[in-house]
Order: sequence, then C-alpha cells, then structure tokens
Amino acid sequence: MRLSQLEVGEKGIVKEFTDLEMSVKLMEMGCLPGEEIRVDRIAPLGDPIAINVSGYQLSLRKREASTIILQ
Amino acid sequence: MKADIRVALVGNPNTGKSTLFNVLTGLNQKIGNFPGVTVDKKAGYTKLPDGRTAEVVDLPGTYSLYPKSQDESIVFSVLADRHNPLTPDLVIVILDASNLKRNLLLYSQVADLKIPVIIALNMMDLAKKSGITIDVNLFAKSLGVPVVPISARKVDGIDVLKTAMSYANKVALQEDSIDVRSIAPQLIESISKELNLDNPYFALQLAHQHETLKFLSTEQSDKIEALEKEHGFHSQKAQGSETIARYSFINDLLYDTVKVPDTAQDETLSNKIDKVLTHKIFGFILFFAILMFMFQAIFSWAAYPMELIADAFVWVQNSLHHILPAGPLVSLLVDGVIAGLSGVMVFIPQIAILFAFISILEDTGYMSRVTFMMDKLMRKVGLNGKSVVPLIGGFACAVPSIMSTRTIENWKDRMITIMVTPLVTCSARLPVYTLLIALVVPNKNVWWLFNLQGLALTGMYVFSLISAVVVAWVFKFILKSRERGYFIMELPVYRMPRWNNVAYSMYDRSKSFVLQAGKVIIAVSIILWVMASYGPGDRFEKIDAKYKQQQYTQNISADQLNKNIASEKLESSYAGVLGHVIEPAIHPLGFDWKIGIALITSFAAREVFVGTMATIYSVNGNADDIQSVQQKMHQAKNTQTGQPVFTFAVAFSLMMFYAFAMQCASTVAVVYRETKSWRWPAIQFAYMTVLAYVASFVVYHLLR
Repeated sequence: MRLSQLEVGEKGIVKEFTDLEMSVKLMEMGCLPGEEIRVDRIAPLGDPIAINVSGYQLSLRKREASTIILQ
Repeated sequence: MKADIRVALVGNPNTGKSTLFNVLTGLNQKIGNFPGVTVDKKAGYTKLPDGRTAEVVDLPGTYSLYPKSQDESIVFSVLADRHNPLTPDLVIVILDASNLKRNLLLYSQVADLKIPVIIALNMMDLAKKSGITIDVNLFAKSLGVPVVPISARKVDGIDVLKTAMSYANKVALQEDSIDVRSIAPQLIESISKELNLDNPYFALQLAHQHETLKFLSTEQSDKIEALEKEHGFHSQKAQGSETIARYSFINDLLYDTVKVPDTAQDETLSNKIDKVLTHKIFGFILFFAILMFMFQAIFSWAAYPMELIADAFVWVQNSLHHILPAGPLVSLLVDGVIAGLSGVMVFIPQIAILFAFISILEDTGYMSRVTFMMDKLMRKVGLNGKSVVPLIGGFACAVPSIMSTRTIENWKDRMITIMVTPLVTCSARLPVYTLLIALVVPNKNVWWLFNLQGLALTGMYVFSLISAVVVAWVFKFILKSRERGYFIMELPVYRMPRWNNVAYSMYDRSKSFVLQAGKVIIAVSIILWVMASYGPGDRFEKIDAKYKQQQYTQNISADQLNKNIASEKLESSYAGVLGHVIEPAIHPLGFDWKIGIALITSFAAREVFVGTMATIYSVNGNADDIQSVQQKMHQAKNTQTGQPVFTFAVAFSLMMFYAFAMQCASTVAVVYRETKSWRWPAIQFAYMTVLAYVASFVVYHLLR
C-alpha cells in the first residue's frame, strides 16, 4: 500500500520509502518510519494532497506520496 | 553601528522567527547581501540589558542544515565558516513549542556544531491551549542550554531572552545529541586530520556540502572528494541514518520532558476553514474574489496617493525652475534627475499596497493554500502554484511582483515566473493602450452592451495572460534545473495576520525598491535628458539663429514660436538623430522616426510614450493632456504620402510592441536585483524585444 492510494480520512503507518532522495527530505519533515499519517484533503484538481503527520499538516504531490510505502 | 556580539536567529519556517527578529530589532534593521550568493541578509541591532549592543542576523528558515534551496544553503555556511566576519558568537534557535519534535531536528544539528546556543521556546500559549505541557527546567537540563519560553507575537519573555543573550557563554556547553562519529568513523577521522578540525559533526557536514561551500579552497574540496571515494561515503544514505538517529534522540528527550494529550484531536478550526477555502468550487470563487479585490485596491487605493506624489513633484519642479537661474545644470537637475525620481516615487503606493496584501495572505497561511490549489494547473506550463500571485500582481506592476517571487523555492520555477511576469499588462501600459485605441477604434457598441474600445482593451489584457503562459511553457523546455522539483510543503495553521509584520514588509519593500531600482531609473533619465537636450555639432545654434529671423517671428505668438523651436530641436537632438537612424529598422512595423523616438524614450518607462508624443507633436497647453495629444496624432500626416500616420494597422502594431517589449528600466533593475546577475535581465530584454518586433511586424502586415 502506498500513501498515494489512501482516500481522504484514511490513516496508515509509514513503513519505508522507495526514493532515497525524497526520503531524506520527508524524514526531515517528520515523516519517519513508524509515524502515523492521515490524509486530510486532496486539492480541487486532484493533486497535490494534504496529510497530517506528527501533529502538523504537510502538502505533497501524488508522485511524491507514491514513494511512501505504508504498513 | 558597531556591535559587541553577533547573534544568528535559526529556526524552521513558520515558527515566528521573523516576528522575533522584528521584535528584537524594531526598525533598526537593514537588508544586505550575503557575500557571493543570491540571498538577502536581514540584520539589525538590539540593546542588551548590560549595555552592550548585539547584531542580530535573521537566517532563512530551514528544516535542517542540509539545504534544499538556495536560501537554505546560507544557513550552514554562515554558522560554520569560522574565518568569516559574519560568523555568529551565539545562535538563538527558535522552536515552535506546539511542534517540538520536528523543530528539535534542526536544533540538534546546530548544537552539534558546538557554537554557543540559546533556545527560544516560542508559541508557548498555543502549546498550552492544545494541552501540551513542557517541563522547561528538565528540558534545559537535559540539553545543557538555556531555554527561554517566549511568545514573539505577544512580546512576552523578550526581556528574559535578552538577559540570557547577555549572560551567554563564550564556549558551547550543550550536551552531545547523537554519536556523530558512528555515521562515518574513518571518513570523519581523515577529514578532521586533513583540515585540522576538532568537531566531528563539522567534518561530516563538510563531507556532505564541500562542493557548494565557498570558504573551502579547491584543493581542500578535492581532497575531501577523494577521501569520500576512498571510504565509500554515500551522502544521502548518511543523511538518512543521521536523521533517524537524531529523531530517536529527540523521542527519548520528549518522552521525559513533554506530555502531549493522548485524546484523538477533534477537527481543528484550521481544518474547518480549509473545507471552505480549498473547496472544489467555493475555493476557486473565493480565490478569484480575493484577487479581484486586491487588483481593484491596487488601482483605486493607490490612485490618490500616486496623484499626490506626482503633483508634489510637479510643484517641486516648478518651484525649482522659478527659484534657480535657468541653465543646463538646473535643467539636468529638474528635468532629468527630479523628473526621473518622480517616476520612481510614484510607484510606492502600488508597491506598498501589493505587499501589504501579500504579507497578509502569507501571514494568515492562505498563500500556501493557493499554492496547494493551483499547483497542478501551473505545473503544466512550467510554473508552480506559487507563481499565481506574482502573475496576478503583474497587472498592477511587474516590479513588486518580481520581488514577491522570492517565496518560490524552486530555482527554475522562480526564474520562469520572473521571465514571464513583465508580459502581463501592467498599469503603465494602460495610458498607451487607451490613447492608441481611442485613436483608431470607433467608440460604439456592438450587441447592445459591449463597447468596441472596451473590447479591444480587454483583448489586450487577455492576450497578455495567454502570451505569459505560452512563453512560460517554452522556457520550461529551455531552462535546465539543478534542483529537483519538490512540493513537500508545510501547510501552517490559519492565524490572524500580525499587523506589525505587514507594516514592516510594506516599509522594507518600498525602501529597497526606491534605493535599488531608483538608481537605474535616475541614470536612464539623465541619459535621456542629455540625448533630448543636446544635438551633434552646431545644429541647436543654427535653429536658434534661424528662429531669430523675421519671417519666423512674424504673425506668431511667442508661445507657438517656442513650441516650434522645441519641436525642431528635438528632431535635431541626439534622440532625434537616433530616431532617424533606427527608422529603417522600424519602418517594416509601420513606424516613422517620431514613433522611433517615443520607442527609445519608452525604454525608461512605458508611460513616457504619451509625454514624448506630446513633446514631438508640440501640443498646446498641458503636455499630459491626452485629448490634445490624440487630436494632434489624429491629424498627423506622412510628409511623403500625405496619408495619416496612425492608421488602424500602425496603432495595433504599436500596441503589440508595447505588449511585448521590455520597456521598463525599473523592471530591468529589479530583475537584476533579484537574480543578482545581468544575464537574466539581458536574456529577458532580448527575448521580449524579438517577440515585440515579430508580433508588430505580423500584425502590421496582416492589418495593412
């Protein structure tokens, strides 16, 4: 399961990343393996998405979300 | 002012760092450059309780010392370069108390560089509200650094922070966070030995960032590169394991010192607002409503102060002409320098209002939602969600809009936005279009409600947006980006705007506009004045002599005589000569030498067109009276063919030229200022001139 496949309101726990460069950036922003992520909203045109992670809101493009694999 | 100690402010974005900076320094701040990079350096001074003065430097907000954008790269180089005069004696790391975990990552990196640190724990009020309790004493003890709870917005705890600054140690006392050496033991050892370093984390950072650090010599950088190869160092993997190690340190720390309520959070107010503001339909309607309001405000609110400024300058010019004796020096001062200055000052109200809006939109958190909504659309043409604001602002004036592109982190997206923003129909084109449309488009209605002239003007506005989008799309393929395009962005919670920050932003941007763009405009005005006031050889003397003869002075008023003289002098001046020189080049576009002069003078600013036309056709009365310029232009005939000069084809060809050509010294100056290189304004000038020529040529020949 990838983060990009979640619907609005669904939750998941980060397992690993498929893109090393992206993972460094995501982890710095608090998106770490073991963290719970909730999809808060999808932009009106379908991309990007807004997620809630470790207490704050992060927006990222679907392509970037697809590099996050959930448990 | 000389400072006793230098303090750097470091922190994540949206932690209230700028608010703290403004609170500490007040209006006592200046914007300069960091040497060698295209990042503005904001610095100011604050008095400490012990009477010493501290220089406070506001470093760009960042999530870690590993830079993702050009702005962020400055943070490590300022903190780490020990031979740099900018290196701080003390670092204040500002942490958002309501989001400590992510904020502490940057702290732990900065702390490991072993520079004396103080923590400013901001937004304590917000943290309390959401039920977070922080054992500040234990927190400070575990880290080994002073921790000062503050609320920058409410100006709470600032005195305590200043006291802590004055008692700060000269040596770093913070505890180690993670075992840095274990990340790359041999490499850190070798680099430390090679460069004679005593800090393992500094050595590790050099391994990661040596290619971009200006303070390393090429040999040092090559040596580090060789050592990396020798030890099989992989930068991103090392960053990943470092980040994971740091978060595990942070989790341990927070487990003991911070209690976060366990209850599942209710839907926050921010989320409720977002349901409306980023709604599929209402979201866009609201966005366009806000834009319309902003656009209207820039036009209508700025009109009155702009008029006042313009009038004030006219008054000063008139008074100076009366007080000072006539002569070339006075004329240079009054008609060259002061006229040029008024051209700059007149834009201040528009700039201030645009930046007030932008800073409110940013402060409240709405701007990041606009970015969120528009990103997909804008990405298709090589732009970015954040390009929307400068493009819309371009309807008022490209100058402040280009300054506002700083919010775009991605270099390529920002460059493309800067390159296309001047294509959007700005307010300076309005007088040119109105004049030319009134000249050739009949003032009548079609289909009851559409006025033909209005339609033509609307067409020019729509056309400008389309051309900006198309040009952006072309640049998308030309520009090569060094950075990978990210859109991982924090959506901060909605807040009330901080009116102080809004005021600072208006003041700041207006000041830097006047200082930076002003220099160029004044220089160009002086050159134009010289070119229009002097001619080669003794031509001017001959004209004076000619008009002293009786056949010219008879049957004519002194006023009309002076107009005739001025008109003939203009033709013989350097500007006039230049007009004749470029006539062959612009003849295919349908323009004669008089229009040529207007084109040349318009390169200072587009609205100069009307004034130049007024001078060339030596209009009676007020030079800015459009009605009389229009009449004269209407009657203007080609001396050879006897046909009117301003036909439908010529007017539209001319409008095309004004739509595309970069005829604005302020924009050139601001693009130079923002990109810190002459390359970009040169490219922009070149492509816009070529487009202008081609578009005029095509339109002229199609309509002829």
